[in-house]
Amino acid sequence: MKAIYIMWLREVKRFVRSKSRIVGALGQPLLFLVALGYGLGPVFAKAGQGNYLEFIAPGIIGMTIIFTAIFNGMQVIWDRQFGFLKETMVAPVSRLSIMFGRTLGGATVSTLQGVLVLILATVAGFRPVSLSGIFPAFIIMLLIALLFSALGIMVASLLKDMQGFQLIMNFLVMPLVFLSGAFFPLNNVPAALLAVARFDPLSYGIDALRYFLIGAATFPLVLDISVLVAITAIFLWLGSYFFSKIEV
Amino acid sequence: MANIIEVKDLVKKFGDFVAVKDVTFSVEEGGIFAFLGPNGAGKSTTIKMLTTLLRPTSGLVRINGYDPLTHPDAARHSFGIVFQDPSLDEDLTALENLELHGALYNVPKNILKARIDELLTLVELSDRRNDFVRDFSGGMKRRLEIARGLLHHPKIIFLDEPTLGLDPQTRNHLWSYVQKLNADEGITVFFTTHYMEEADRIAKNIAIIDHGVIIAQGSSGELQKQTDTKTLEEAFLKLTGNAIRDEVASSSDKMRTHSQRWRGGRR
Repeated sequence: MKAIYIMWLREVKRFVRSKSRIVGALGQPLLFLVALGYGLGPVFAKAGQGNYLEFIAPGIIGMTIIFTAIFNGMQVIWDRQFGFLKETMVAPVSRLSIMFGRTLGGATVSTLQGVLVLILATVAGFRPVSLSGIFPAFIIMLLIALLFSALGIMVASLLKDMQGFQLIMNFLVMPLVFLSGAFFPLNNVPAALLAVARFDPLSYGIDALRYFLIGAATFPLVLDISVLVAITAIFLWLGSYFFSKIEV
Repeated sequence: MANIIEVKDLVKKFGDFVAVKDVTFSVEEGGIFAFLGPNGAGKSTTIKMLTTLLRPTSGLVRINGYDPLTHPDAARHSFGIVFQDPSLDEDLTALENLELHGALYNVPKNILKARIDELLTLVELSDRRNDFVRDFSGGMKRRLEIARGLLHHPKIIFLDEPTLGLDPQTRNHLWSYVQKLNADEGITVFFTTHYMEEADRIAKNIAIIDHGVIIAQGSSGELQKQTDTKTLEEAFLKLTGNAIRDEVASSSDKMRTHSQRWRGGRR
């Protein structure tokens, strides 16, 4: 328990202290909100789909969370290069708790970043459909954050250095974001695209966020939550397996 | 006395490069053991296998009676280690690094605070405790690293070239602290160094490894007698030859890239 707590605390401390990282990670969502939200808004409205800013705000929150969570997980690679990973690998605590603490820390940090984007979106003109939906939305954010923190650590456990980072961003994270329905409604897309989106866990996360924040969703809420919980459990399990196999 | 470290026929291969060919030795409980060898001889690879960081290709290892392979947590409970290369979190303060270590090793709070004070005084970093490690010089990081390794008093402590880059004052402080730990608490000390006079002065037993094989074992006096020399340094040079080991170092680099490529290709 102590080990989980201290690893969690480390992630949170590092995050809170890196002001530039927090602000830097807000730039992209802001750009998406303003450029896409206002830019495509009129077209979206003309197509009879309603307010685009409201529609993409949950998508952009989801995008921010996946970026932060994966990036945080990838810090395992930095820790390997700067040597700190060894310190945790020889400690007499199970690697499961090390991995768990890191995942929880990464998830906390990513959720915080998601909340910041929610606030930013509110400033930009986004209004949640009801106040009572905000708390469950936090829970969904935390679930998304847990899922992708575990995935980030799993991927990082398999990589030796940061050279693979670009590869992961372009062939894993970007597709996960763009195929998730973060930016477009999944209701009327071609069947093939919908089929792909159905394999993307982020689709369900963003769908559930939309359910609570704007009161509209593509999939049943029960399906959203079941998929998120199941995939999170699988990634946690796989992540701790690969993490425990790391040789330094 | 019983042996607390037991190593038999230990082998480690990286692809077709054999880093540790066949290593057998033992360290008795409460002893001070020096593990000497030229660069690239297999010292650090052996230590990594003893401390659960690497899986041996074959052979037997017992740390405090536990096999690091099958009972890693029990083995890890038995030792502390100061690594040869840095392993601090530079984005935390000195104190936070120590507290993190204390939490990982479950050192009780009241003891932890007293020990942190004691050790920070030992390595003369008391007034820098709240500074970030990233602002430290190389020597200061080294000292902090040593303080951290000694924080929980384990049964065995591994020191992999602990005094590299330290001034003679700090070196002397360090060794007298280590000797005190050994005498007062019976902590077994296993260290590597390139300073032969340190090994001569501190270690009760010495093993010399070269090209992945133990080539001599015994006390400093015994090694000198064996080689008919007057100092440990002469004995060491006579046993390992005068050639400078650039060749070995570069081939171990090659081995590293090779193993990386191999692992990369597999995945």
